[in-house]
Amino acid sequence: MTNEAAHAPRAPQMRRLEPAAIGGVMSREVANFRTFWKATTFSSVLEPVIYLLAFGLGLGSTIVNRVDGLSYVEYVGTGMVATAVIFSSALPAMFGTFVKERFQRTYDAILAAPVDVEELVTAEMLWIGLRSGFYGCFPLIVSMLFGLDPALGMLLVPFFCFFTALGFAAFGIAVAASVAKIDQFNYVTTLVITPLFLVAGTFFPIDQLPQALQVAAQLNPLHHLVELVRHACFGFESWDLLRVAVLIGFALALWRVAVHRMEKRLID
Amino acid sequence: MSTTYSGAVAAIEMQGVVKRFGAITAVDGLDLEVPKGICLGLLGPNGAGKSTTMRMLTGQAVADEGEIRVMDHDLPGDSKEARALMGVVPQLDNLDVDVTVEDNLAVFARLYRVKDVRGAVDRGLALARLEGRRRDPVDELSGGMRRRLLLARGLTHDPPLLLLDEPTVGLDPQIRTELWSLIDALRSKGTTILMSTHYIEEAERLADEVALMAHGKIISRGRPSELVAQHAGRETAEVYAPPERLAEVRAAAEAQGLKVRPAGPAIAIVGAERATDGAIPSEAIRRAASLEDVFVLLTGEEAE
Repeated sequence: MTNEAAHAPRAPQMRRLEPAAIGGVMSREVANFRTFWKATTFSSVLEPVIYLLAFGLGLGSTIVNRVDGLSYVEYVGTGMVATAVIFSSALPAMFGTFVKERFQRTYDAILAAPVDVEELVTAEMLWIGLRSGFYGCFPLIVSMLFGLDPALGMLLVPFFCFFTALGFAAFGIAVAASVAKIDQFNYVTTLVITPLFLVAGTFFPIDQLPQALQVAAQLNPLHHLVELVRHACFGFESWDLLRVAVLIGFALALWRVAVHRMEKRLID
Repeated sequence: MSTTYSGAVAAIEMQGVVKRFGAITAVDGLDLEVPKGICLGLLGPNGAGKSTTMRMLTGQAVADEGEIRVMDHDLPGDSKEARALMGVVPQLDNLDVDVTVEDNLAVFARLYRVKDVRGAVDRGLALARLEGRRRDPVDELSGGMRRRLLLARGLTHDPPLLLLDEPTVGLDPQIRTELWSLIDALRSKGTTILMSTHYIEEAERLADEVALMAHGKIISRGRPSELVAQHAGRETAEVYAPPERLAEVRAAAEAQGLKVRPAGPAIAIVGAERATDGAIPSEAIRRAASLEDVFVLLTGEEAE
């Protein structure tokens, strides 16, 4: 019993939020994503095409002509970025977290390595944020095929999507860490996610809603994303910096909630 | 904290550790030391508190009372540092099944901060004897291959301490023997191993020392041969007969102060070498006392 292993030195002091731990967790996500990226990309391209055909060309050519000075295709195409972001962040975070925690026991394996819950949650959020930042742009690209003119401001859209997706990824993780059964996600989808994307100003302007809903929309991060994307395409406003701050604040607040909920769930 | 084995420094020290889940006390004042360089078998029935003990060592459960020190690091405060020095092989297969064999290893090499990820992957593949399957997804591997990969994954960083949680549970005998060879090789290399198991044979074959655990605490500890000598003597007599006859034999043996335990359809009279005056019937099968006798006597549970 005199080998080197038996006389190993103490491990060096480790810090909070170590990039190596976060990178390691993200590398697992990348390895998994390589096995299903085609299906994700397929639906990310096809969904906006279907929506634009249905709402933009169907509704836009028969009932609605112009909204807020934009053609309905331009209006819906830019608004749908928010839809793409919430559906590619909150839902994968909810289902992915629950499955990895409960069924695959992935987190047990990761937390047995020198990774803590805060790093785990941060890595999951960052990965989902990056993915949504990328896929969130697809509706804009598709809208260009339907007549949306390119603009320099569009280069900022991935960043807006990224910040928003961070918050909704954290929301999904926190939900997954709080429910007892996967069926309970139905309540969250129906009562939270669907209303959020309906009153974001994606398909109709919120100033046509009752006063209370207009106020509620101002608290909806998706509404701020919709506004930022439209302004990126058609001209920024001075309020937009505040909108960015709201999205970052939303992400930071939900990050802490997600870490807290996951610590409760994963550490006995 | 003291040491118990050849004056060696302890890799794991647990003192007065208590862990409760609501009204249930899973670990109840556990004192356990694992000296560096040995394989300690944590043997106990289901529900004894073995898995909870393992989870406390990896920081996935926090003790309500007591002190835990792993590789010179106090838990839970220095849990990350301690985990950097240990490998963990879980009871349940939690590999990423859609991902390739080499990617499963590479991810954990990164999580363990291994600088030469490629080298760690190659070593892991060699250890698991899966060099020819490196680009195959895990769900195409057999059960034995997956178990070997799970072991290799826990060793990507060549840790000085290895925690094995029921390493061969549910495996067929051939795969179990294969894994035992791998674990034995690690033990020979000097890796400190804490192995929880409820398989007697596994503990007998692999462990330098065995700690018997029941109701959340260690009830006896020592080398397997010492435990047998201390609790079961030299000889055990197994008697197979109808229930009425077994009841008579049991009564006669117990009248002489011998310990009798159930053994499936039979009874086993422990310490049979001390029996006199026909307490052991002629039809009894005499055999050397075993760790199984100790396990059943001390825990009151049937052995597997």
